[in-house]
Amino acid sequence: MTSATSRPSAAAANPATAHAPRPKPAPPTGTPVRVTGAQSLVRSLEAVGAEIVFGIPGGTILPAYDPLLDSTKVRHVLVRHEQGAGHAATGYAQATGKVGVCMATSGPGATNLVTPLADANMDSVPVVAITGQQTRALIGTDAFQEADICGITMPVTKHNFLVTDPADIPRTIAEAFHLAKTGRPGPVLVDIPKDVLQELTSFSWPPELRLPGYRPTTRPHGKQVREAAKLIRAAKRPVLYVGGGVIKAEASPELLELAELTGIPVVTTLMARGAFPDSHRQNLGMPGMHGTVPAVGAMQSSDLLIALGARFDDRVTGALDSFAPHAQVVHADIDPAEISKNRRADVPIVGDCKEIITELIAAVQAEAEPAQDLAPWWATIDEWRRTFPLGYEWPEDGTLSPQYVIERIGAIAGPDAVYTAGVGQHQMWAAQHIRYENPRTWLNSGGLGTMGYSVPAAMGAKFGRPDAVVWAIDGDGCFQMTNQELATCAIEGAPIKVAVINNGNLGMVRQWQNLFYSERYSQTDLGTHKHRIPDFTLLAEALGCAGLRCETKEDVDSVIQRAMEINDRPVVIDFVVGKDAQVWPMVASGTGNSEIMAARGIRPLFDE
Amino acid sequence: MSTHTLSVLVENKPGVLARVSGLFSRRGFNIESLAVGPTEHPDVSRMTIVVAVEELPLEQVTKQLNKLVNVIKIVELEPSVAVQRELLLVKVRADATVRSQVLETVQLFRAKVVDVSPEALTIEATGTHDKIEALLRMLEPYGVREMVQSGMVAIGRGPRSITATAVR
Repeated sequence: MTSATSRPSAAAANPATAHAPRPKPAPPTGTPVRVTGAQSLVRSLEAVGAEIVFGIPGGTILPAYDPLLDSTKVRHVLVRHEQGAGHAATGYAQATGKVGVCMATSGPGATNLVTPLADANMDSVPVVAITGQQTRALIGTDAFQEADICGITMPVTKHNFLVTDPADIPRTIAEAFHLAKTGRPGPVLVDIPKDVLQELTSFSWPPELRLPGYRPTTRPHGKQVREAAKLIRAAKRPVLYVGGGVIKAEASPELLELAELTGIPVVTTLMARGAFPDSHRQNLGMPGMHGTVPAVGAMQSSDLLIALGARFDDRVTGALDSFAPHAQVVHADIDPAEISKNRRADVPIVGDCKEIITELIAAVQAEAEPAQDLAPWWATIDEWRRTFPLGYEWPEDGTLSPQYVIERIGAIAGPDAVYTAGVGQHQMWAAQHIRYENPRTWLNSGGLGTMGYSVPAAMGAKFGRPDAVVWAIDGDGCFQMTNQELATCAIEGAPIKVAVINNGNLGMVRQWQNLFYSERYSQTDLGTHKHRIPDFTLLAEALGCAGLRCETKEDVDSVIQRAMEINDRPVVIDFVVGKDAQVWPMVASGTGNSEIMAARGIRPLFDE
Repeated sequence: MSTHTLSVLVENKPGVLARVSGLFSRRGFNIESLAVGPTEHPDVSRMTIVVAVEELPLEQVTKQLNKLVNVIKIVELEPSVAVQRELLLVKVRADATVRSQVLETVQLFRAKVVDVSPEALTIEATGTHDKIEALLRMLEPYGVREMVQSGMVAIGRGPRSITATAVR
């Protein structure tokens, strides 16, 4: 049996590992030592606290892989595709709050990282990518495996660096990690030419950061906080609109305190599921296109939205001009560019959510005016909750309900498990029907909507939290994009559990074709039902995993239980579900949130 | 739409211009003119960017610019409290029959002749956008053979310096 923490025995038996000299630990103070650029890179990664790197070697990054073999502090996980490395770094970062690291060679290795970097950028995940580059003399000559990865990733990273002097390596790595994890987190790419890695240089730590243009604001402005507290006290129909920033700021305890102090209803966006316990009476669930009727209705009828680490994404607001038309807005975010970008804020607060919420609590307590009676507001909300609870209907054709499968996984694996999802119907059902109680237990691709995210992200999460049960809720479309990383999971010891919600189709696209394209199903049937190609259980076995299948309601619990018992290798369950199940509630794209349909043909009316 | 002049202090590093111009284009903003050059600090370059944009999108583009790690400081220079200049080099057809008239125009605009040949004059002029335009209108009837114009550069009036507080 292997666990995620133990190195595979094959690597331990590697003669190169056994005989290679161990590197001397870096001197505690800044005394420089002579090393190659590559050694400087590995020492920098060790010094900055990187525990794990997901990557694939290749021509230009080869020098870095040599000292990496000797590192006792940095573990490298050899993935099967660089996209997997990037999503694994993201999953690791989202599950642990630490910076995720991925590594690739120049050219195609680097361009394969573009999707996960764009993904991490949209969801503000701290990731550092290190790429090899052609030697300095060859840059710009269209040399073999040359790609201008700094140019390519400029719009999809928080920042990137091309290192042209080996002496700059420690400082650049330190700056990259600092940029990735502070302020609004995000991905940073460091591109290092091969000859820079090979050249002799000196290494000393800690380096001095030189970022004169980077000064994120973390302390909120006291006056703004007091203004916000005034509005909170005066509001009759307030809503706490909680986004992923609360999780990034580790501000869940403060949020709970603020919510209980004020009694204000809470909605948690797709990126914030788990930031506030689902079991809490004040949690109305997820807002937005597939949000709950109470969450969407509360925002639409609200007189005060208190947005905390949220960014008024179009999937939350629907048509902006009819979004929450009566609401004043308090907008707290660490990124000033998010404030008033989509919706004008009446009270903008720039800062770290943990500090903001802490100060808000104090300001609300200090407010002389008594709070409004929220009982009538809660009565309205509770009426919506009674009339439009989140639910689903069993498929008329008797096929297995995908929502039921996901609900049961959540119930059996429980709130201590970590869940990842791909993108599409299964993602929305997993966001709706699993009860999240803790932050960092729900990882998904929210902003970019990257199909194929779940398996590699689950792998990264498992390496970050080896003692947690990690479930990847995936679709049959998504799964076929990145399932090769199951080989990595099997060999490197990451026994994740994958539930393929197999409806034989690109389900969300099919749902839109059903609703908006006259049921003309163009290019959405994947044939995974019709031809059983691939056979997911056989594929799982081939990749070193246990392969299980479930086709009936009666088997669901026992198959999930069986998967929970397998811990020596990854498990894949092929849940063969009906293709006609749909995600409801739904706000059709381009319409206002008041047009929300609770289910097909059922439209709640929020007008009082 | 109104025209705004932004003075942007950036780190003097490769790729910074690409970051700034890329940000404008991908967020859908049109740059009317852009000029980059060194400042009194060797590590700092200064860009003068002229954009035609409404107030609210301007706030957004300024915030987005501020997010670029290499951008140190952004100041909007109002025309009333700043000196704004553009440079024009223009080659005008000017044989013996019209040369004196062209020279008269050059003098009127306090421009300079920087090159002469039997059939053409090359004229250098600096000034505000309006002055340069007016000069060009006067020269056009003679025949403009070739012209090149710099982006606008601008500096605030008075003793205060925008670089002093930005660079330590």
